[in-house]
Amino acid sequence: MIPLVLKRPASRLRRAVFLIAPLAVLLASVISPAGAATGDENNVIRWGGDSEGGFPFMFPNPKNHDELIGFEVDIVDEIARYLGKKTVYVNNAWDNLIPGLTRGLYDMAINGLEVTPEHEEAVNFSIPYYKTFLQLAVRKENLDISSLEDCRGKVVGTLKDSYAQMVLEELGDVDIRTYIVEANTYEDLQNGRLTAALFDSPIAIYSAGFNPEIKFIGPPIGEITYAIAVTKENSGLLRDINEALVHLRDTGRLREIYDTWNLWSPIMAAEFNDYSPRAVEMTRYNEWAETHRPEVALSARLERYAGFLPDFGMAAIVTMKVSITAMFIAISLGLGLAIARVFAPGWAAAAATAFIEFMRGTPVLIQLFFIFYGLPSIGVKLSPFWAGAVGLGLNYAAYEAEIYRSGLFAIPSTQWEAALALGMTRWQAMREVILPQAIRVVIPPITNDFISLLKDSSLVSIITMVDLTKAYGQLAAAYYDYFGPGIMVALIYLILGLPFVKFSRYAERRLAEQDKGGKRGHDNFYRMSARWRHTNLRSKES
Amino acid sequence: MVNLPEESLIVIKNLRKSFNDDGGVLNNVSINIKEGDLVSIIGPSGCGKSTLLRCLNCLELIDSGYLRVGDVELKRDRPDQRPNEVMLDAAHKIRGEVGMVFQGYNNLFPHKTVLRNVTLAPMVVKKMSPDAAREVAMKQLKKVGLEEYANKYPSTLSGGESQRAAIARALAMNPKVMLYDEPTSALDPELVGEVLQVMKDLDSEGMTQIIVTHEMQFARDASDYIVFLDKGEIVEYDDGDVLFTQPRNPRTKEFLRHFTGMAVAC
Ligand SMILES: Nc1ncnc2c1ncn2[C@@H]1O[C@H](COP(=O)(O)OP(=O)(O)O)[C@@H](O)[C@H]1O
Ligand SMILES: [Mg+2]
Repeated sequence: MIPLVLKRPASRLRRAVFLIAPLAVLLASVISPAGAATGDENNVIRWGGDSEGGFPFMFPNPKNHDELIGFEVDIVDEIARYLGKKTVYVNNAWDNLIPGLTRGLYDMAINGLEVTPEHEEAVNFSIPYYKTFLQLAVRKENLDISSLEDCRGKVVGTLKDSYAQMVLEELGDVDIRTYIVEANTYEDLQNGRLTAALFDSPIAIYSAGFNPEIKFIGPPIGEITYAIAVTKENSGLLRDINEALVHLRDTGRLREIYDTWNLWSPIMAAEFNDYSPRAVEMTRYNEWAETHRPEVALSARLERYAGFLPDFGMAAIVTMKVSITAMFIAISLGLGLAIARVFAPGWAAAAATAFIEFMRGTPVLIQLFFIFYGLPSIGVKLSPFWAGAVGLGLNYAAYEAEIYRSGLFAIPSTQWEAALALGMTRWQAMREVILPQAIRVVIPPITNDFISLLKDSSLVSIITMVDLTKAYGQLAAAYYDYFGPGIMVALIYLILGLPFVKFSRYAERRLAEQDKGGKRGHDNFYRMSARWRHTNLRSKES
Repeated sequence: MVNLPEESLIVIKNLRKSFNDDGGVLNNVSINIKEGDLVSIIGPSGCGKSTLLRCLNCLELIDSGYLRVGDVELKRDRPDQRPNEVMLDAAHKIRGEVGMVFQGYNNLFPHKTVLRNVTLAPMVVKKMSPDAAREVAMKQLKKVGLEEYANKYPSTLSGGESQRAAIARALAMNPKVMLYDEPTSALDPELVGEVLQVMKDLDSEGMTQIIVTHEMQFARDASDYIVFLDKGEIVEYDDGDVLFTQPRNPRTKEFLRHFTGMAVAC
């Protein structure tokens, strides 16, 4: 009955991270013995989760973006308190929580991990801490649908690649629309594009439980069981966690947590054999509902967005700092590489060429990971800022080198000969005649590269820097609003790049004016460079 | 030989140059040139005229032979002799003694004004002060009639003006000899005269000049000597009138026949 695969909600952003997270785990595990579980020695529990994993499991507090909240966070805190240990949170992409656990990045993983046969092959699971089901939702005026079976022949929305999608497929004859962002599904349900929506109950509650236009209908569908994962070797910790969970259940503390989050259900009542009425207010849920009610007026929304501006401002400074530092590295190193490639003796030219091809031929993402996670194993520990700036700088240096090189080749060799014929040495000719002209040729393409570097700098968000992209991910996850902040962050990137676009246009125009009427020789510096290296005609350096 | 080596400013002896294995571009060229002479080099396209000038200016290193410009000597015994420091030093010195004006007219530095084109080498190579360099440059620009153009950029100059500026730029380095590689071949006919006139003026000032040209009338009238180069060899080297009216070699006759309108005695 219960399918083997279940996917938890995944934001677009997190999906992007999935692609690279395995590498991070790999690198971290290969190089960092310090990353291995050391909980017992230090009286600390390292626990792994995904901060962008989603509500109500764990998510950034909308009121304080640095704080992680969610019912799972509360459970971890209670377990640690019972065991008399401190907690250390280790963030990892949701898809890689179990690989990260087996590689020793943390002692336990908790973030809506389902007990499946595959998972049980890799890790051990505690006793379940939560059981839930799929919840069907329709518009409040809808009287046709009262169960899953009524959805045949209707348009139903759900999360892409989820358990709910499989259930709908099994049902057959349903027009299934899959979504990546839950909020969009309920919006479409409200505006009539969908007849019904099927989601995990906690997500349904936190997406639409406070929406007066939408009602939940029908009995619980299916069963989903969440438990805490620990490594196979760590049976001691498993015993401790189980003991703590039993204790929390028996003392009613677990129930309290579920009540404050409005996540108690008949299924949980049966599971815990606790049919007593609610004893505490659902304060956490109410806080959430308060900030997410759809009737939040446009003005209130705009006010909220205005509140994002300081966050985005700080993040924009980070983005600019990284970009400008990286570009500085790229421009100077690129010049060195180009000169080495064109003029240096064979081995140095070959080394420069190899570096350039290596940098251009491998993903910058891998380079960043390598620098940030890989280099510490040989004692080079760079701060996130310098890892990002150096990584992007090295990568772009390869591209700048090629731009410089083509700039050099754009200068006719007659310029070079005219300079030598006047008695200049090679370097004087280079400095006074060739480079000044080449630089003017390369300014527009280099400026263009800076604009793309500005955008590529978003990659530093994966090595823990809070740049514009990361700030967007955090704010969007906190409010579950990817729309407004998305437009804001796009505009900010545009505005940051605008001066460089303008400058590039200006430089191009200048160049065109200067060239007006001037005819370039058919012969160019390319031939000269060959002669530079292969003939021994050298002027003595001054 | 017309000139004796010891009283010549420029001596070329047994010069050989080739770019690849299939035959030499210059084969055993020897020539002496006196100070103050104006020598024209004529010959069919591809015969090695430009290569000869470039060897003389050490833009190409000779394969073997002897070269002397003023006091600076360059000697290479065999093509497989590695250029040593002495040779490279001599090559650099010779380039300092020789001024060169190239074919075409886009050899000015386009990113600098005419004045800065002329002052650049004196400042960079001779370490002249900007003021001194400027003085020298203005003198040379005046000589070629371009003092008005000092602050213009090369792209605004006509072909003839560009070549005159290039001459001024070379003269500013105070060379012992000026080389010209077809200085007027890329110019519109009406602009040729002004460039040739500059060379005539320099000749009357006593400047030593070697000109590769297809301007036969100019070669005949203005040159002290004319060199006829064919297939990398000096076929004839003689006074202009003699060479044009009584060419001794049938190859010279054959070449001059192409220039109709010239009085060629056959
Ligand atoms: N850098 C070079 N590499 C190879 N061959 C060259 C080079 N320069 C000149 N040559 C060859 O040498 C010969 C003479 O060229 P050049 O001196 O330019 O002739 P001219 O100026 O008399 O027309 C030509 O066959 C030409 O192809
Ligand atoms: Mg030529």
